[in-house]
Amino acid sequence: MNMNANACETCPVHNTGNLKRLGIDMSNFDFVVALAGNPNTGKSTVFNNLTGLKQHTGNWPGKTVSRAEGGFAYNNLKFKLVDLPGTYSLLSTSTDEEVARDFILFGQPDVTVVVVDATRLERNLNLALQILEITDRVVLCLNLMDEAERHQIKIDERMLSKDLGIPVIPVVARYNKGMNEILNSIYEVATGKFVCKPYRIKSSSMELNYAVEKLSKMLLEEFPNLPNVKWVALRLLEGDQSVIDSIRNGELGRIYKVEQTKSELEQVV
Amino acid sequence: MNIESKNNEAILSAANNLRWEIGENFHDTLMESIYSNASSITKRAVTLPAEKETLSWEKTVDKILTSRYTGFPIMFLILGVVFWLTIEGANVPSGLIASLLLDTIHPLLKGFSASIGIPFWLDGVLIDGAYLAMAWVVSVMLPPMMIFFPLFTLLEDFGYLPRVSFNMDSIYRRVGAHGKQALTMAMGFGCNAAGVVATRVIDSPRERIIAIITNNFSLCNGRWPTQILIATIFIGSAVPAYIAGIVSAAAVVFIAVLGIVFSLVVSWGLSKSVLKGEASAFSLELPPYRPPRILQTLYTSLIDRTIFVLWRAVVFAVPAGVVIWFVGNVTIGGESMANIFINWINPFAIIIGLNGVIFLAYIIAIPANEIVIPSILMLTVANLGLAGVGAGSGVMFELDSVIDTANILTTGGWTLLTGINLMIFSLLHNPCSTTIYTIFKETKSAKWTLVSTFLPIVMGLVVTFFVAQIWRLIAGY
Repeated sequence: MNMNANACETCPVHNTGNLKRLGIDMSNFDFVVALAGNPNTGKSTVFNNLTGLKQHTGNWPGKTVSRAEGGFAYNNLKFKLVDLPGTYSLLSTSTDEEVARDFILFGQPDVTVVVVDATRLERNLNLALQILEITDRVVLCLNLMDEAERHQIKIDERMLSKDLGIPVIPVVARYNKGMNEILNSIYEVATGKFVCKPYRIKSSSMELNYAVEKLSKMLLEEFPNLPNVKWVALRLLEGDQSVIDSIRNGELGRIYKVEQTKSELEQVV
Repeated sequence: MNIESKNNEAILSAANNLRWEIGENFHDTLMESIYSNASSITKRAVTLPAEKETLSWEKTVDKILTSRYTGFPIMFLILGVVFWLTIEGANVPSGLIASLLLDTIHPLLKGFSASIGIPFWLDGVLIDGAYLAMAWVVSVMLPPMMIFFPLFTLLEDFGYLPRVSFNMDSIYRRVGAHGKQALTMAMGFGCNAAGVVATRVIDSPRERIIAIITNNFSLCNGRWPTQILIATIFIGSAVPAYIAGIVSAAAVVFIAVLGIVFSLVVSWGLSKSVLKGEASAFSLELPPYRPPRILQTLYTSLIDRTIFVLWRAVVFAVPAGVVIWFVGNVTIGGESMANIFINWINPFAIIIGLNGVIFLAYIIAIPANEIVIPSILMLTVANLGLAGVGAGSGVMFELDSVIDTANILTTGGWTLLTGINLMIFSLLHNPCSTTIYTIFKETKSAKWTLVSTFLPIVMGLVVTFFVAQIWRLIAGY
């Protein structure tokens, strides 16, 4: 399935000729792509590689605290890329986490690229799993592979891809390695050529599972098209004000009911 | 509509009831599930090296850099070396640029404008005001920035700044502030406006306001050159030449550390008075050391910092130059507006060990700290009658290095005390207008914006006052 094997040399999407860096020109884009991940995993570097922009990067957690946006074109399709603040989870309430969470939840990106640090995979997966609860269409970008190699950490990306149900691409963003494969995966997931079967968090708590199930049922009756009903249920149990508000004023229903137009999307976010 | 909202309310109340049933530790249960899921997936996909000793050199470095005993001395040493390199290295190029822009191009422009008969006021505004201000900014600030910023960026890329934050973290918590304030403080060393935005990583509003108010105590890009230049001129010349560089570098480190001390003291004061509360806990991740990419670092520090700061300085310096020319040349009752203000404020300014020129320069430089020194130089020259409309401008163009800058200032009545107090005042005064605006945007509160603006000024006036009094007691005049 995945086209990131060595045989890529002959593949038409191999050369970067198909990538057009559009910088801040984001007019008439076909797809929205979000870049999420833990702090200091190289999101902004990936962002710069794809858009040709010069977002400040640094070996420094918390460099990006607000959204940065840029564009690129690939295979004649235009993508808007949104660089989200680095967060460890989507469950707390600081402003930077809210920016990231609200965008993935309400902004409905077509693809979410989760950039993870290959040398700290376990901790980084905590966030990736939470994102997989919210949205199906995810590409895992296994960054800092050079450091992982230096520390003799071996990662079986096929196994990971199979377990998570999404494309997993090893890259070294600092040296622009693996960007073609990332682009191709974004393209495949966005256009539906790769259908993700996302891993869902399994909980051993009976009470929790019961509560989630009950709420999910009620939510689905009201919002039949909700793709991430379990996550919304979890947020409600936690008393997340922005989710409560979006249910109270019916916004949640509106987002998922109709195909969104660009202006609506911008209103919501 | 009604039915829909009724159903929605039903969902919300069901959620409320269920929240009670699943109990308080629901959040922890959920986190535990996520952790154990992540762990089992990782186990299947990742093979770790047989021995974990491969990480050992990084651990050793971390132990030394963040040790209770060696952490701070090493921090002072590293900062000191960076400033020393900047101070020693900036002299020569500074002189070259100054002689080109001030000695060569300026007379050419003057000659050209005279030859085509431009009215004297236009010639004054454009060439003596706008152009000179720009020339000053470029020659005084460009060389130190070209050395300082790449060095600082290399430290940042290597991963040293988070270690500084790590060292500072426990101290910040002890004064009742958020440990992450150490991070935003380090950000502020680059730019206070950026530091204020970076406080978004702090979730508690109380601790965030503290971090915002105290961010100004981190010397920013715009103020480093002022510190470095004044230290070179006054501190460096007060000691034998062979240790001048080291002593002036130490003075800049001292001011930077003083800033950290003030941020701690003010944080403590705020968290014990108007912003009472406990410090909240958080985890700080030390990023791995990464070999800096030298060329890219040089490029980004040149584009992102040097050119950015210089451009900002020039953009603000040009109108400031025009303002300076106006206040220096528009007369009321035979005296220029600048002189009237300077003479009026001087008695007060002298008491606190500064002078009227510095005050006026700081008012003109509110939009950008970068132009404080150029403003001071131009105002001093104008105030002394060294430069004026047409004739007396000669003296200015003989300057071509730090020594000549020193000459102007000593002619203007500056002493070592003035230099020291200017360094202190440069640390403790209002944030630039960009930062003030950012503070307002982030806090959405006029009250906290005003506090952030005026608290440092008041502190600056108080501290310089005491320094001046003690100085005069000891020096005996």
